[in-house]
Amino acid sequence: MIAKRISEYFKEGDLGNLGIGLPTLVANYLPPEKNVLLHSENGFIGIGPTPEAGAEDKDMVNAGGHPVELVPGGACFDSGFSFLLARGGHVDITVLGALEVSEKGDLANWMIPGVMVPGMGGAMDLVVGAKKVIIAMEHTTKKGEPKILKECVLPLTALGVVKHIVTELGVMDVTPEGIVLRELAPGVTVEEIQEKTGATLIIPEQIGNMVH
Amino acid sequence: MNSKVRTLAEAMEMIHDGQTIMISGFTFAGTPEILIDGIIEKGVKDLHLITNDTGTAEFGIGKLVVNKLVKKIQTSHIGLNKEAGRQMTAGELDVELIPQGTIAERIRVAGAGLGGFLTPTGVGTIVEEGKQKLNINGKDYLLELPLRAEVALIKAYKADKYGNCTYRRAARNFNPLMATAADFVIVAAEEIVEFGAIDPELVFTPGIMVDMVVQA
Repeated sequence: MIAKRISEYFKEGDLGNLGIGLPTLVANYLPPEKNVLLHSENGFIGIGPTPEAGAEDKDMVNAGGHPVELVPGGACFDSGFSFLLARGGHVDITVLGALEVSEKGDLANWMIPGVMVPGMGGAMDLVVGAKKVIIAMEHTTKKGEPKILKECVLPLTALGVVKHIVTELGVMDVTPEGIVLRELAPGVTVEEIQEKTGATLIIPEQIGNMVH
Repeated sequence: MNSKVRTLAEAMEMIHDGQTIMISGFTFAGTPEILIDGIIEKGVKDLHLITNDTGTAEFGIGKLVVNKLVKKIQTSHIGLNKEAGRQMTAGELDVELIPQGTIAERIRVAGAGLGGFLTPTGVGTIVEEGKQKLNINGKDYLLELPLRAEVALIKAYKADKYGNCTYRRAARNFNPLMATAADFVIVAAEEIVEFGAIDPELVFTPGIMVDMVVQA
């Protein structure tokens, strides 16, 4: 549901970048007629489907190292150009997971000191340069603690970059006034989503339904 | 033109303890595996590496870490190689994590003879520690400095005997950048062709950058 909802943010001809995990699933819901192209930060535009077993090309992997196909009309380049695209505002939408998001749009998604320190990879560049950063994540931690907070506690990936947050409970926009609740998932109440959020949500008169 | 084609053993004569070495590749594509295996066989130690990532324990740059030949590494991602994380936590390996776009551009500006560049990447994060922050037209940027090495290890799809290189698909990644920013450049080529046999439009590393070509 999260991936499908996020796919609706893409417009005709957009260039997108999808992070590893849940964000990658957004590709499954992008209608071909929208002609969305996907950027792979290891050096190409035009991520295609996973090739059949035996048909893998050793030179065609995505940023996670998994074999992918290159779509017709794709383009290959070096890492310098790849991050020119990322930082230079040429990527329309980047979709990533998050450990924490603050009400100012600050993002923490790359390390938990002493627990998980894999490195930031390309995440810091992607979020500062994309026209729109959308977070795809579970609303709370596995322990049920809020991940949307007044201030991030974990080391930051970037300041004030997040535009939309989509979770299994609803859709939120980050605005200068705070986080505005836009849509609720079926069966979820305003009280429930507020209880599971560590920042005060702004509740408009009209709240939409998050589609299945 | 004199041929730059050499044996792996001749290339390994250029590799020494404590050297700063750039090694290209991104996860599983564009890594000069044969040169990495040559370093492991030679058994040099205390290397300072500049890479995109640390591969896995079984593949690529990660094997140098697993064999404990590396003292320091400047890289953007170690997440696929548990041994790199273990050595970092145990204090056996000095790891400096650098955003991927910043590492690419630091190498590019080194090769381009520039003194550094200003990037919005890392502003407000631990990446900005110890760096100059400049406000240009109302926006904050970090001053990032050039990154050079003594040796660069490159993987080409095809190289001619003079060192003109072409790359393929996602295997290009850091190769053209690193080939510009080291004192000595060794190319491992999948195929070595006659001088001039590569279409000049497809040469991404001109042979003037390259010192040795080894058959991958």
